[in-house]
Amino acid sequence: MIKYTIKRILYMLLVFFIIMLMSFVLVRMLPLPELPPGDPHTEVLKMRREAMGYNKPYLMQFAIFIKSVVTSFDWGLSDKLYFGQEVWAVFAEKLPATVVVNLYSIILSIPIGIGLGIFAAVRKNTWIDYLISTLTIMVISVPGFVYAFVIQYVFCYKFKIFPLVMKTGTDWFSPEMLRSMMPAILSLSLGVIASFTRTTRAELSEVLTGDFMLLARSKGLTRTQATVRHALRNCMVIIVPGIFGEFLGILSGSFVIEKIFSIPGVGSLTLNAINGPDYNIFMLSTAFYTAIGLMGALVVDISYGFLDPRIRMGEKG
Amino acid sequence: MDIPKEKLVFAKHRERISDEALKTVPRSYLADAMLRFTKNKSSVAAAWILLFLVIFCILSPIISPYKITDKDSIYTGYPPFVPAFSHSGILDGGRIYDSQNEISMAALRGIAEETGMDPFIKVLDVNEQKSRYRGHDIVRKTYDIRVNAYYALGIVHRVFSYDEFDRLQKWQNDTGIQVIYPYVLPRDIEGIKNNPNLWYKVDQDGRAILREDGSFIPVYATEKEEEGVPYYSIRIPSDDGSYIYSVKKSGAVQCRICYYNYYRYIMGHEPFYIMGTSSMGMDLFGAIGVGGRFSLLFAVLVAVINLFIGTVYGSLQGYYGGAVDMIMDRILDILSGVPFIIVATLFQMHLTAKVGVIGSFLFAFVLTGWVAIASLTRTQFYRFRGMEFVMASQTLGASDTRLMYRHILPNAAGTIITSCALLIPGIISSETSLSYLGIVDLSSISGTTLGSLLSQGSAHAMTSPHTILWPSIFIGLLMISFNLLGNGLRDAFNPATKGVN
Repeated sequence: MIKYTIKRILYMLLVFFIIMLMSFVLVRMLPLPELPPGDPHTEVLKMRREAMGYNKPYLMQFAIFIKSVVTSFDWGLSDKLYFGQEVWAVFAEKLPATVVVNLYSIILSIPIGIGLGIFAAVRKNTWIDYLISTLTIMVISVPGFVYAFVIQYVFCYKFKIFPLVMKTGTDWFSPEMLRSMMPAILSLSLGVIASFTRTTRAELSEVLTGDFMLLARSKGLTRTQATVRHALRNCMVIIVPGIFGEFLGILSGSFVIEKIFSIPGVGSLTLNAINGPDYNIFMLSTAFYTAIGLMGALVVDISYGFLDPRIRMGEKG
Repeated sequence: MDIPKEKLVFAKHRERISDEALKTVPRSYLADAMLRFTKNKSSVAAAWILLFLVIFCILSPIISPYKITDKDSIYTGYPPFVPAFSHSGILDGGRIYDSQNEISMAALRGIAEETGMDPFIKVLDVNEQKSRYRGHDIVRKTYDIRVNAYYALGIVHRVFSYDEFDRLQKWQNDTGIQVIYPYVLPRDIEGIKNNPNLWYKVDQDGRAILREDGSFIPVYATEKEEEGVPYYSIRIPSDDGSYIYSVKKSGAVQCRICYYNYYRYIMGHEPFYIMGTSSMGMDLFGAIGVGGRFSLLFAVLVAVINLFIGTVYGSLQGYYGGAVDMIMDRILDILSGVPFIIVATLFQMHLTAKVGVIGSFLFAFVLTGWVAIASLTRTQFYRFRGMEFVMASQTLGASDTRLMYRHILPNAAGTIITSCALLIPGIISSETSLSYLGIVDLSSISGTTLGSLLSQGSAHAMTSPHTILWPSIFIGLLMISFNLLGNGLRDAFNPATKGVN
């Protein structure tokens, strides 16, 4: 298992490296933004560009880039949006907002999602199951921004329960902050709740028909005991990796939701970097989102392997 | 028992004995799938809704009296309005004005009196505020009212060239609809310059000074030396011929025009917006059709291209297997690892100058979109690869290509094609989000897109919620119906679910 894990991690690093190389070359091929003459940072930036090898071949540039990232975690200086500032510092400043909003939404949605899924599976083929399943399909189908608009209009404009935009400041866990983040949290949660409900319901209703459930009932366990101790446990093999993946996904957040609710997170930063354009920030965002995506898949795969020895994907022998 | 042998006869003596032919009608794979599909009620309903949406997309830009390029600069984000329903409660252009004080109530009354179009629909609520001012109790009333926003706009200032002013007068004479109203000089209304709706005597705060019977005191200008061009068209009833209708403005004339009637002069008909106007002044009804049409066509185009590439790629992988499969799979890993937003952005930055916005956008979707189809095809090919009919054909000397595309692919086709129905909503959703985020701007080519409509609307969602409501409903319905339809098709064409309900 350890060998398998290491193999997967190394392979992931290789894929990551190749993706970075491709996007790096594509980004460096674009014309650089003009530096404003006379600004005190301009000279520094010019020297930095020289040091980053902007007039050397692309592969050399990439080597310099990787070297400075690996040795000193230096992602370069912003040359447009945050003129002359360290890209990583800017990025690190934006990260907490995204993480906190998504963390709240995960904390809210996992219990609700799994709970609804269990409820629907236990009451299978009753009106309540149909209701939950229909709502689930609807929420999963409709893009997130549609219900984000609904939530914004109903809660923020119409009834004024929550403020329109997120509070500024860094007191991430104060009640005021929580309240101002609530619309975004709700919009993010709906999708997560729906996907957990669907998975749990599908898995649990399959497990509940298994022969060992009949055995559990016939040896005298109550329905609840049998469901919780035997059926749920088997479901968790599928659900828990999903939770791990979801937790990693909270870092990446959602571009649309961040834009709608003006959350000063990495999504907004990336969008600004695209529209800027600020290539160094864009490069860092690319690395970030690629890493999150790859690691998400990896974590899901490996945790499947750990939880259920029968599933060890790609493992030979 | 004693029966003589000659009495024994065969039951079917001298008849041909054969098996009876099967009386059931053979049913093809397609017919069987369709039958199972129609049993799934939600999918059938989704198919009807989808059909309705497609018809809407085709017809609404045709039905709408506006072209997609018609953008009104003043009626932006205005509520739904059909002139025939002007005070009926729905489609009446109604908008709620909160806490209106006496001044604005008088202004609305002034508009009604001057233009003859009453903006009032309903008074929703009256609030009273008591306060003490210099020892007196003062009761201030504010009103929550619902008004026809199109009428409530009233009069605006416009500057016309002499020719244009002349044409406008001629049009007035021909149709009998009054557009130009007598001019009011700022000095007669306490120097207020930015309110063209004032035509009556006011104090410094803009509060109407009324006659004893409660009527307004008109302060129309009569100074002939200010007059721009002589006026020979319709005059308002109270005019004794001395009012002037325009003032000089460096080679042109400035006048007060009733915007609603001016609109009729420009467009040839009254404002007619079933779903209201977008915040860019487009007819939302037609704009959703145009945007939806683009989204659907684009998604189908992308799906077809991806289907083709994915099938070819996946079939090679699945057919040859082994090292080929492994190498091709690694390429897939890399492609699927790149976040879509990054691909879209990079393609946008590099290719837009060469192949245009749509071209580069299409490339971005095609680059990673076919991965899912490829892996599906690969699985299907693995399934059929070792089957007897393939081996038989191979023994007879069929080439690889023939085996792949004449024998295996037709068997896998149903599953692969139906999975396309599930790809389309994903494509539409990504396309809409990206144009909402402003990463791609397709409106110059397609007129507008659903994403642009949403992004324009979201800036004014508070005052005109309908600009977000209708595009959202459209997208929501489209997504739900596509997904339900896709699920239904997938189940119907999947032989594994045969006989399972």
